[in-house]
Amino acid sequence: MSRVWRHVPGSFAWVLLVSACATQIPKEALRLAPESLPLRQLQTRRFDTGDEKMLLAAGAAILQDLGFTLDASESRLGVLVASKDRSAVEAGQVIFSLFLAALGGAPVPWDEKQKIRASFVTRPAGTERPGVLVRVTFQRIVWNTAKQVTKTEPLDEPRFYQEFFEKLSKAVFLEAHEF
Amino acid sequence: MSFSPGKKRIRFATVAFACLLMSACGTSKEQLLATTASQVQLRSIQTRAFDTTDRERTLRTIIATMQDLGFVMDHADETLGSVSGTKLDRSGFQNYTLRLNVTVRPRGSTQLLVRANAQYNLVQVEDPEPYQEFFAALGRAMFLEAQQVD
Repeated sequence: MSRVWRHVPGSFAWVLLVSACATQIPKEALRLAPESLPLRQLQTRRFDTGDEKMLLAAGAAILQDLGFTLDASESRLGVLVASKDRSAVEAGQVIFSLFLAALGGAPVPWDEKQKIRASFVTRPAGTERPGVLVRVTFQRIVWNTAKQVTKTEPLDEPRFYQEFFEKLSKAVFLEAHEF
Repeated sequence: MSFSPGKKRIRFATVAFACLLMSACGTSKEQLLATTASQVQLRSIQTRAFDTTDRERTLRTIIATMQDLGFVMDHADETLGSVSGTKLDRSGFQNYTLRLNVTVRPRGSTQLLVRANAQYNLVQVEDPEPYQEFFAALGRAMFLEAQQVD
């Protein structure tokens, strides 16, 4: 028994070393998943216009309306990149943390701030259905009060995209067709 | 100087552990120019040739493919033929950040070379499989075959 225990600290050190330096990309990270098609439909609309630049300008204006700051753009490829920093405080988490502290537990950090990122991409639609395709994608990074990253996630709720495209559609006086 | 065998053993163990710690990661500054796979090998894993000279269409298709794969774009430059994006996702219980930079340049007069570089959290991706998946998806979107370059 004592022989076994002698190896424990060494093994533990090895596990620590290996886990610190080696991380492996998940096999599916760059694989086109079957759920990518419904996601594409959710995030894409077709507008009956040949004026891609007009749509880009309108996209930039809507992003500004929503409080985003433009980080990068390339109009020749139809790309806008924007982000905004906002509070990520949720009452439930704060109450839970205070509740634990009141019971004498260690204070649990709660989510404090987030960076929301958006990319807005236009491209000419195919020849059989002319127009311009617009695809918007959102994601966010959340930090807690201990300055640790707690969430890195795509924002895939349909309502975000529906609302965004409603605004865009109104701004350009064009109907946003389902892709 | 003489040490008792017990003290010697402790001193040896401490030195060995310190060496192990240092050799495991090196000084963190060395990361600037560090690569683990050979450069030639890595280039071949990360590069494919496509039978087209339409640079703009290729770049736009790369952007569309990256969006299909869940990336949010970070930057794009037509003149340099370079686009990059970030994917924030979760695998099991692990959140991860995957950054991808893709560049396009001409190869001869009939082909374009597409090179993709991926960074997973804090490490460069050197496993061929994710790149194969990426180029397979890109090839389908381009309606062209992604050709291995030697």
